[in-house]
Amino acid sequence: MNAVGAAALFVAFLTAIYVVVSALLGTRGDSRWADSSRRAVYALCALLLIAVLSLELAFLRDDFSLALVAQNSSTTTPTWPYKLTAMWGSQAGSLLLWATVLSIAASAVLAMTRGHHREVVPWATAVMGGIAVFFTGLIAAGIAFPGAETWPFAALSPVPVEGQGLNPLLRHPLMAIHPPMLYAGYVFFTIPFAFAIGALITRRLDASWIRSTRRFALIAWVLLTIGLALGARWSYSELGWGGYWAWDPVENAALMPWLTGTAFLHSIMVQERRGMLRTWNVSLIVLTFALSLLGTFLVRSGILQSIHAFGESKVGPPLLILIATILIGSTLLIVSRLGDLRSERRIDSLASRESFFLVNNFLLVALAAVVFWGTFFPLISEALSGEESSLAAPWFNRFTTPIGIALLFVAGIGPLLAWRRVSLAGIRRSLMIPTAAAALAGLLAWLLGDAGGEPLALVLFVVAGFTIASVSQELIRGAAARRSLTGDPLLLSLGRLVARNRRRYGGYVVHAGIAVMFIGIAASSSFQTSEDLRLEPGQEARVADYTVRYVEPTESIDSAQQSLTFGAVIEVWRDGEPESMILAPSREYFSVNSQSDGAAPLRSFFEGEATSEIGRQEGLTTDVWTAIQPDLSSLDLVMTKVDRQFAQRIEQIEPGDVEAMRQLATDQGEAIARFAQFYVLNSPAANIRFNVNPFIFWLWAGIGIAVLGALLALWPGSGARRREVVSDIYAARLARELASSPG
Amino acid sequence: MEYLLAAVAILSVAAFVAVPLRRSGSEQPAAIAAAADLEDLEARKLAKYREIRDTELDHAQGKIDEQDFRRQDAELRAEAVEILSALDDQKSTKPSS
Repeated sequence: MNAVGAAALFVAFLTAIYVVVSALLGTRGDSRWADSSRRAVYALCALLLIAVLSLELAFLRDDFSLALVAQNSSTTTPTWPYKLTAMWGSQAGSLLLWATVLSIAASAVLAMTRGHHREVVPWATAVMGGIAVFFTGLIAAGIAFPGAETWPFAALSPVPVEGQGLNPLLRHPLMAIHPPMLYAGYVFFTIPFAFAIGALITRRLDASWIRSTRRFALIAWVLLTIGLALGARWSYSELGWGGYWAWDPVENAALMPWLTGTAFLHSIMVQERRGMLRTWNVSLIVLTFALSLLGTFLVRSGILQSIHAFGESKVGPPLLILIATILIGSTLLIVSRLGDLRSERRIDSLASRESFFLVNNFLLVALAAVVFWGTFFPLISEALSGEESSLAAPWFNRFTTPIGIALLFVAGIGPLLAWRRVSLAGIRRSLMIPTAAAALAGLLAWLLGDAGGEPLALVLFVVAGFTIASVSQELIRGAAARRSLTGDPLLLSLGRLVARNRRRYGGYVVHAGIAVMFIGIAASSSFQTSEDLRLEPGQEARVADYTVRYVEPTESIDSAQQSLTFGAVIEVWRDGEPESMILAPSREYFSVNSQSDGAAPLRSFFEGEATSEIGRQEGLTTDVWTAIQPDLSSLDLVMTKVDRQFAQRIEQIEPGDVEAMRQLATDQGEAIARFAQFYVLNSPAANIRFNVNPFIFWLWAGIGIAVLGALLALWPGSGARRREVVSDIYAARLARELASSPG
Repeated sequence: MEYLLAAVAILSVAAFVAVPLRRSGSEQPAAIAAAADLEDLEARKLAKYREIRDTELDHAQGKIDEQDFRRQDAELRAEAVEILSALDDQKSTKPSS
């Protein structure tokens, strides 16, 4: 089966080359070549799926003859989800994932545009094919240069009896889907980028390329949003530092295309409606795609220190060359088409939706620029001064918080405005309820949450209240207007209004979700109670209005995962609440013995990776969160003594003495079990981080609402038939007016 | 083994992608350009209809006053009529493929 996968993958590279050549021939007007290139993209997709499938089978069969399987899985790795998802824990696997998702997205867009955009499509196909050539070429280059580790079917000799297993940091269900979500988000931005390039080359620069690829940009946005949220959730529940966003370079790398992609999704509406911002839109999608590649580069190059450092590799330079080529080539193309990119109209009034879209775009791009500067500052500072220094969270927060507040305010104002211009009386009427709601939100935050001491949080609550009220008002007013026309009940009117204007109201729901998310961020970061405690079993401490008691230590051994877990039972009471909560944080240590000579069976657990399991009780208003860091210093002597005995024993074993080795392994297992029990009996002190995070539930809920809103906007209508019926109605009306108009 | 499988895959892909190339005659570039013009106009028409609908909704919600609405609505309808007549012209002069 490996041979089938390897053959399919190599032929995929050749097919990608054919896609480019045939598409370029198709641009000369011969539709047969264009059709052939489309079929080649389908073939490319099928070949890459075969390669992925055969690789997945190798993981399922524990086929350690493949280096990729031996390095990222083991016989004890759970099949679901880790064996199936271990593929993208490696470089070769993630490159294959990139190419495969690209081929799926390219096949989908070519199937959807079949028979349409026949000038633009061959160019767009050539661009998508070019990107596919790059990634499949990078993979195939691993055959000639095994050191690059990009060929997923590289064989291992001699074949080990056991694999190394998955990186412990990736052994979390969220990590199984977080990377493919981010990658798929990056990849889906290829489609609008390719069509933008096609539109630039053919000078078909009206809104039709946007109409055909808008959904792909929105899918990319949804995937990136989910990917970012999963990463944040993983960080919150696995890394043991108590937060969800650390301004880590790789997190930032995914945030930047999300920000510019959000700007793009707004600004294309202005081009569709008003024929404006054409230069801006093509520039924005080029930037978004380049930032998507930069995200891949940062994960894979290891150029910046990151918790994602497992991605370090040699594919950084080719990715950087690709990014530079795309930026330079696209810029030259845009400059050469400036005459065709002129706007059809100008903004009629500052009090219009399109002018606020411009403000929104400015803020989003400014935010992306801040994140870019903060992310790459270590490289810039090293280049200029020779010393590497990085910018920490306070620097990011100083700039991103005010921009974020301004963005949230614009998200609230935008829905209240009409296209072209809105009357003064209209603005006054529209602002009344949201302003009152904002004042109420501020007052409540002041009185109930003591927000007076946190002015930025107070402003965020006020603006979030404004935005949520603005969106709610839009929905209710729209439903009321529809009810007055149709006489339907209000709820039915609301349902039909949203169903008929999915894109508009889906967008508003996204705004409401973002506002809810900001409430969660503001409350959890400004009013968090955090205390680092050092407690012995039986001891308790007071933290705000909570009593925290370290009841007892716990231990467990997972021989399949070769891990040792030390944890704690912690009882927490809140003043005035009748029942306590029991939390069980732990720290899991993964042995590096499988990669060493087995001479230090105890210490090997503390020289490898370790992960935190958080003890947490989630609620709508507060999230009680604990992490433990066992103090192992009192165990050091025992550990050294036992390990020394085993090291001496190993020296005495004759090579090839299987029975002695088997006995040694059994004794080591017993020693580990006794050591774990010793930890519990010895009951050393533990460092416990105790956090109370208010309203953090609303951070996750807000993201969920935003994703639902985006899905609503994405959901197709009842098809072209209804659109045609509506169009015909308008056509008939317009025709009548044309016939009755003078001259 | 890999070489044999690769050869089979290459032949299969070649047969699949060659199907359109065996077709006699290709659509004329002029017909392709005309079809693209038609699609551009269709896209503009749908965008204009959406703009008219949005303006009606905004007016019904009180964002636009009566005078502005009448003027904007008349402008939008005139633009829509222009697009419709351009569409008619395009359809009547569409070159045969």
